[in-house]
Amino acid sequence: MNIVVCIKQTFNTEAKIVLDSNGKIEDKGVNLIINPYDEYAIEEGIKLKEKFGGSVTVVSMGGTTVQAAMRTSMAMGIDKGILISDPALENTDEHGRAVVLAKALSTIPYDIILSGRMAIDDCSSQLAIRLAEILNIPSVSSVIKLEIEGTQATITKEIDGGTKIVEVALPAVITTTKGLNEPRYPSVAGIMKSKKKELKIVTLAELGLSSEDLTPKMNVVKHSIPDARKAGQKIAGEPAQAAQELARLLREEAKIL
Amino acid sequence: MAKGIWIIFEQRNSEIRKVSLELLSQGRKIADETGEPLVAVVLGHGIEGLAKEVATYGADKIILVDDEKLAEYSTGAYTSVLNKLIREGEPQAVLMGNTALGKDLAPRLAQRLGVGLASDCTGMETDATSFLSFIRPIYSGKAFTQVTSNVRPILATIRPNTFTVAAPDASHQAEIVKETASIDPADLRAILKEVAIAASKRPELTEADIIVSGGRGMKNPENFAILEQLADVIGGAVGTSRAAVDAGWRELKFQVGQTGKTVSPTLYIACGISGAIQHLAGMGSSKFIVAINKDPEANIFTIADYGIVGDLFEVVPLLTEEFKKLSK
Ligand SMILES: Cc1cc2nc3c(=O)[nH]c(=O)nc-3n(C[C@H](O)[C@H](O)[C@H](O)COP(=O)(O)OP(=O)(O)OC[C@H]3O[C@@H](n4cnc5c(N)ncnc54)[C@H](O)[C@@H]3O)c2cc1C
Ligand SMILES: Nc1ncnc2c1ncn2[C@@H]1O[C@H](COP(=O)(O)O)[C@@H](O)[C@H]1O
Repeated sequence: MNIVVCIKQTFNTEAKIVLDSNGKIEDKGVNLIINPYDEYAIEEGIKLKEKFGGSVTVVSMGGTTVQAAMRTSMAMGIDKGILISDPALENTDEHGRAVVLAKALSTIPYDIILSGRMAIDDCSSQLAIRLAEILNIPSVSSVIKLEIEGTQATITKEIDGGTKIVEVALPAVITTTKGLNEPRYPSVAGIMKSKKKELKIVTLAELGLSSEDLTPKMNVVKHSIPDARKAGQKIAGEPAQAAQELARLLREEAKIL
Repeated sequence: MAKGIWIIFEQRNSEIRKVSLELLSQGRKIADETGEPLVAVVLGHGIEGLAKEVATYGADKIILVDDEKLAEYSTGAYTSVLNKLIREGEPQAVLMGNTALGKDLAPRLAQRLGVGLASDCTGMETDATSFLSFIRPIYSGKAFTQVTSNVRPILATIRPNTFTVAAPDASHQAEIVKETASIDPADLRAILKEVAIAASKRPELTEADIIVSGGRGMKNPENFAILEQLADVIGGAVGTSRAAVDAGWRELKFQVGQTGKTVSPTLYIACGISGAIQHLAGMGSSKFIVAINKDPEANIFTIADYGIVGDLFEVVPLLTEEFKKLSK
């Protein structure tokens, strides 16, 4: 089975966000991690390989720092990687990124493409589904259970207030969420092996793309940092008094209830 | 010339989701401001009866697409039908809720139309040059980005509870247009096997107006009963932190935070939750936050509008009693 896992390197969830002098998100000095949702995709990809054989390829777009995230995924058990790295990627949007990713994937065989359901930096939840549309294959989002038999996948996904089970024929794009599995930690042996695994870096020109293909559909007007939420008031007194006062404040001040 | 603001409605068993009415209500304001017609698009099966209700929230026109194949949402059928309607109708903007359905549908539709999409927006502004711009949280709400587009239509999904539902006006009339769904069998690639919606008297977490949430401080699963009692008195949903989910006390679907649900209720009551940054990522846009925690230094107090330092097992039942008194 040819398994592809798309990952993004993101800021650590604890990272403080500030803007640089150009009003862009400052990335200096920030610890980088694998997007948390993508860890479920990596784990599922490795599990599928353990069950069905074949190979798992990790694909990512970004700067050269992304290699660290890709090596970590290789230490977990991914076989090889393709990094699409090009300065032009900075100036595109979800549409453009999907075009690039689709182009890269069209150069390799795939039976299943796994990705996280959302990147915690741009919080778009778009890329994987757009990718499926360009590749003209089905997509199932927010997956918490995946069973494969032959070329059929039976999939349980989260919906508001419950779950849904669907069946699709492979190849398909699956976006993963918490509940699907427990991502493993890289082993020492895994880390050693990961260093020798193949990691190919490609540019947009090598993919046959030009900056025109990346023309964004959306324009960023500006970024801003919200004012920190301020600590409000602590209600003093014995529990009974405090509860009474809270109920009053919620009704009279906050005008709720 | 592109025309109109379209709201893609979401309904389940002919019950309209609240977020759709929120968008229609806000859409009315933008329509009045810009002079654009406001269109509600309702897909489903056996939905004709909904038109009257939708009209009362201010739609100028209602497009109904009633078909057996649309009874349950499927990515393929909904994308195909909306793609065709939008190409023919050429709206300026297409809005839908950032629900499980919206998150699944909007990116597919945007890509098929070859347009941009602003996801999970918490604000919307009219703009003289580009018609509408959208404000959306990034980095889990630690920053915001304002985006717009010159490509038509502009697509956006809006976070539930961002806008309020206007009072219905029973005298408001809307033009009703019935369209037929021409669904290509090739679009129906996912075969639906089962839909399991847990029956609950409580509102769904992401659209609840009030959420009572408990964390590790609840100590065991049984103790959540006191939060349920509180929630039921004020018509709220019950959420939880990752610590309680990982301990196996609560189901994953109730987890609020970075790797759980993003919620934006009017009132969020955090009980025995320390307020880790990953938890705040999921509830930081709540309008009012109340914290009940025995540790006066707990981080949750730095963002709570009202806090009680105390033992939740004492405070929560007392609060329930107070709310009972108020509701009498
Ligand atoms: C990548 C990543 C993703 C994450 N995603 C999420 C997520 O989606 N959601 C999430 O919630 N967390 C998430 N976390 C975990 C997060 O960092 C915290 O560990 C978690 O939120 C802690 O949960 P808690 O507040 O319930 O527990 P604790 O931090 O242990 O806090 C318990 C609180 O209860 C109080 N308490 C105890 N007993 C009482 C009592 N009797 N009365 C009153 N107060 C009492 C204590 O003072 C304490 O403040 C994530 C972490 C990472 C690294
Ligand atoms: N730069 C990228 N390279 C590879 N995969 C990505 C990239 N950005 C996002 N993805 C994948 O797409 C998912 C959704 O991302 P997003 O649409 O940005 O929220 C992520 O969880 C990743 O699996």
